[in-house]
Amino acid sequence: MTITETAPSASRTIKVDALARVEGEGALTVRVKNGVIQDVKFRIFEPPRFFEALLVGRPLTDAPDITSRICGICPVAYITGSSQAMEDALGVDVGDGIRRLRRMMYCGEWIESHVLHAYLLHAPDFYGLEDSIQLARQAPGVVERALRLKKLGNRILEVIGGRAVHPVNTRVGGFYKSPDRAAVRGLIEPLKQAVEDSLATVRLFAGLEFPHFEPDYTFVAMHHGTDYPIERGRIVSNRGLDIAIADFEQHFDEEHVAHSNALHGVMKDGSGPYMVGPLARYALNHAQLSPLAREAAAGAGLGPVVRNPYKSIIVRAVEVLYACEEALKLAEDYQELAVPAIDLPFRAGTGTGCTEAPRGICWHRYGVDGAGRITAARIIPPTSQNQKQIEADLRAVVQDNLHLPDDKLKWRCEQTIRNYDPCISCATHFLTLTVERD
Amino acid sequence: MAAVPTKPRRRPKLAVWKFSSCDGCQLSLLDCEDELLAVAEAVEIAYFLEATRAEIAGPYDISLVEGSIGTAHDAARIQQIRKQSKVLITIGACATAGGIQALRNFRDVDGFIRAVYARPDYIDTLATSTAIQDHVKVDFELRGCPISKEQLLEVLNAFLNHRRPVVPPMSQCIECKMHGTVCVMVARGTPCLGPVTQAGCGNLCPAHDRGCYGCFGPKETPNVAALTKQFAALGRTDGDIANALRSFNANAEPFRAEAQRRETPPHRVPS
Repeated sequence: MTITETAPSASRTIKVDALARVEGEGALTVRVKNGVIQDVKFRIFEPPRFFEALLVGRPLTDAPDITSRICGICPVAYITGSSQAMEDALGVDVGDGIRRLRRMMYCGEWIESHVLHAYLLHAPDFYGLEDSIQLARQAPGVVERALRLKKLGNRILEVIGGRAVHPVNTRVGGFYKSPDRAAVRGLIEPLKQAVEDSLATVRLFAGLEFPHFEPDYTFVAMHHGTDYPIERGRIVSNRGLDIAIADFEQHFDEEHVAHSNALHGVMKDGSGPYMVGPLARYALNHAQLSPLAREAAAGAGLGPVVRNPYKSIIVRAVEVLYACEEALKLAEDYQELAVPAIDLPFRAGTGTGCTEAPRGICWHRYGVDGAGRITAARIIPPTSQNQKQIEADLRAVVQDNLHLPDDKLKWRCEQTIRNYDPCISCATHFLTLTVERD
Repeated sequence: MAAVPTKPRRRPKLAVWKFSSCDGCQLSLLDCEDELLAVAEAVEIAYFLEATRAEIAGPYDISLVEGSIGTAHDAARIQQIRKQSKVLITIGACATAGGIQALRNFRDVDGFIRAVYARPDYIDTLATSTAIQDHVKVDFELRGCPISKEQLLEVLNAFLNHRRPVVPPMSQCIECKMHGTVCVMVARGTPCLGPVTQAGCGNLCPAHDRGCYGCFGPKETPNVAALTKQFAALGRTDGDIANALRSFNANAEPFRAEAQRRETPPHRVPS
């Protein structure tokens, strides 16, 4: 056994001033004294952009286009959640055709976002590489497969939404134009190839080495009786929570802490942090996965519940496989919509919406008046819900790995944060404007 | 003939910087799936936090800058980046016009402060969100919310080869004509910002049966007042018109000025 050169009594500070391979700007400080962790701060310094305040007074029909700008990686989460919330406030049911088309578009976002994260941002950690360019030099076929899959995810977004980043074809009530049937059918053959590519992806990531770490998480995700949750369902946990989307605020809250420009999600029952995202979705919806996705997961050595956060990379690959199969099914069944959008009967009210963004549940509530204007807005993105859990993981990981030299411990901390695929731009959208300094 | 020893060509150093934004424009670089590896061969990616933890010290041959300036810290940081960059190119509506977050520039700041957050003392922000060129000299501005990846590749290619980028400052309207897209404003009476918006998105919104919402910002010499007169003729109120101009490029001067004029109609002296 190697004797650590770091004396146990030494004070150590692990600092990552600017976290790489995540979306947005974040930093980390860990202070250790006499072998005991004094402080762990995952600091988000992405400037707040005040979306909730900016929305008030705008037409409710602006919400999907504006909220999509919270995030360039997962705009569909904002488009879909805000549209649903407005439709809920107006008492509109868009029907199955529009809903299925939204689901198919959302599959495109899952594919592009998960593949970007898993292959290009997260996988280099497991190989000890700085980035995917280094990975491409060592394993060009692997990166080519990643780019092929990611491109197909973007292509689905383009065919249905008109553009990969910030789609233009979506609106409250449905779509501006029903996507062309031939263009949708043109996705079928590439999706069949993508199912094969995803199976290879699951196998590839199953062969990685994972640190031993299995906390007893509180998982929170959406759940639906028949579908793996993407765009509909109730909110459930592995501790017995089972609520309608509209009741979210009765059970969850956000705390404002000094060291971060993002709020921290907490459960109102005082039970502490919770986790949203792939591990939570998978654990709470294993039975709703397709048979092929379940089989691939089992082949990769995953049980029906995965608690090792580093293995989220395999779970993401399983979800990419599911999204490819689901998009394939929806593309094969697709018929052009005779009426691409439902008319909106304006009335005063409040509505909620929630969907599974690639990194976890993204919850919305809006108030609207009878003239179709937004009177109030609240958006709770996945990354702010995960922040407390990220800090809890970091605390445990540092405690378990104090024997590592600083550079290795620092890298392990970064990898621990990247397990969550944090979308930092999302996490800081919401603060109301406060201090003014000119 | 004796071989002439050649020195291996130094690859230009590329840096990608982020300010207040959604990450969508730098994602457009990663979304160049067919060209990404070629770009990575043509340049040395010296700083690109979203893609790599490796950092190579400046100076940089080309800096791509995404996002707007919304904090005092960022206002200082952009000065340092300018000093280290031979060529500085801004990418996207946040960097070229302040982005959607610039909507706060027009709001009653007192009203905002009254709606104080739980712990306002934790927040450090400026009252405005401004474009990069309001702070430092910019060598080229690439429009869009988000940018077009084809235009991004064209601009990178042009600067690497010391030529002028082919990014025409014409209107979105011309793109519709070139694509043969039926004019949504003439045919259906749908308000469309195409006549005053710069081309480059690829004619997306009118082709999807909606009016252009201006995500590429004002074209060169736009006549915004003439267009909004037509919006009014189609039954849109001054408030609707101001809203339409106040989105992703709200702080771009032609859009800002016309929105302000529509919001506060000039006092007319009775004759």
